[in-house]
Amino acid sequence: MCLGIPGRIIAWVDKASLMAMAEVSGVRRAVNVACVAGEDPIGKWALIHVGFAMALIDEDEAARTLEALRDLGEAQEAVEQMRAADLALEAAP
Amino acid sequence: MKFASEFRDPALARALLSAIADKADALGASRAKPLHIMEICGGHTHSIFRYGLDKLVHEGIEFIHGPGCPVCVLPMARVDECVEIAERPGVIFTTFGDAMRVPGHRKSLMQAKAGGADVRMVYSPLDALELARRNPEREVVFFGLGFETTTPSTALSVQQAAREGLRNFSVFCNHITVPEPIKALLDDPDMVLDGFIGPGHVSMVIGVHPYDFIARDYGKPIVVAGFEPTDLLQSILMILTQVAEGRAAVENQYGRVVPEHGNPVSLAAIDDVYEKRPSFEWRGLGEIDASGLRIRPKYRAFDAEEKFGIGYARTRAPVPEIAGCECGKVMVGKLKPTQCPQFGKGCSPEMPLGALMVSSEGACAAYWQYGSRVAAE
Ligand code: SF4
Repeated sequence: MCLGIPGRIIAWVDKASLMAMAEVSGVRRAVNVACVAGEDPIGKWALIHVGFAMALIDEDEAARTLEALRDLGEAQEAVEQMRAADLALEAAP
Repeated sequence: MKFASEFRDPALARALLSAIADKADALGASRAKPLHIMEICGGHTHSIFRYGLDKLVHEGIEFIHGPGCPVCVLPMARVDECVEIAERPGVIFTTFGDAMRVPGHRKSLMQAKAGGADVRMVYSPLDALELARRNPEREVVFFGLGFETTTPSTALSVQQAAREGLRNFSVFCNHITVPEPIKALLDDPDMVLDGFIGPGHVSMVIGVHPYDFIARDYGKPIVVAGFEPTDLLQSILMILTQVAEGRAAVENQYGRVVPEHGNPVSLAAIDDVYEKRPSFEWRGLGEIDASGLRIRPKYRAFDAEEKFGIGYARTRAPVPEIAGCECGKVMVGKLKPTQCPQFGKGCSPEMPLGALMVSSEGACAAYWQYGSRVAAE
């Protein structure tokens, strides 16, 4: 939970609320980019933490971090949590 | 664990290990008289075990696993309160997966869910916001826990809910901060620490200056570090170098991610939404001054403590932790997990008695999964 995961910010979803589409380990998810919106984040890599892009990083840093997170099992866990969350949104009461 | 030869940069790892060994020898560190280095962040604890750094470094370096896993430091009473809120009719209780299996006195959130409460695992507080939009007739509560890395996400979500005028969304705020428990540890006369590995992603938010007091007032080195094995080794070397030179400073090994002054947008959101509590209860550490955050009165409508009348300092009486657990002593590094009488007996990752066994960032789960140096020999 405490480690961010690198993802690539690919397009705006809603610029007004600073939501953009990110690709994280093959999964697409809308993330909030308020914390990195100082420079245009589209096309850049970011460390994404619980749905928020927290820092822009370069491509090499992204690759190295992803490798470490895969070793730790954290990358898989983050992706599973994203998938599980999509189900949670649908689940009937 | 991995072998150094499997690291991304084995030559660098070997060079660092040998430089650490030289410095440790020069400082006279040995297994009998080790230097104690505390990694504060649970992510670092996990990384140290995963890569076997505790076994690869010179035997005169001993890692003390700090209180930096937010799930592990959560008192049982907070879990009880989560369950109490989740069991209210009409509530959808949302949480990160890590918190689901943390035992409470009566039950965990997982057990509450099995018993019929609507508890949902989400990836982000933004998912909880979306649930609130889709279910206007329900009360959606998000369990806000974690250190400064997570705090901005709930703060920004509360701001967003306020902008949208969402009336059925609230945060059960149990956020905590990193510098205050370090101060508490340094004030403990029984703690012998020679230096700290500072948390990487927390520092990405708060920057490096909140640690100044560690070097200035307590004369201990602290190096903010990344999560790769070579990051950690490099930080250890930087700490030993400071010790050898008789210096104590805050240094940043993870400058590629951690800006000196942190992230201004995150810090502004935290400051807007939260204020410090006079004190907060930590599992294993007790009450620590100014170590917890609560929602400011101007965002009262989004504060689950206000909405449900439940929460820290509102619960009738403090509830004791379970007898026989040594979580508290393990948490501050006074006992190794294997020295807890429950380790592997009453307590395992399948049936955790204490939170240190739940999360991969907890020292007990890490020992269970990867073993310790002593056990490896
Ligand atoms: S083994 Fe279980 S009970 Fe003992 S300290 Fe670890 S988590 Fe707590």
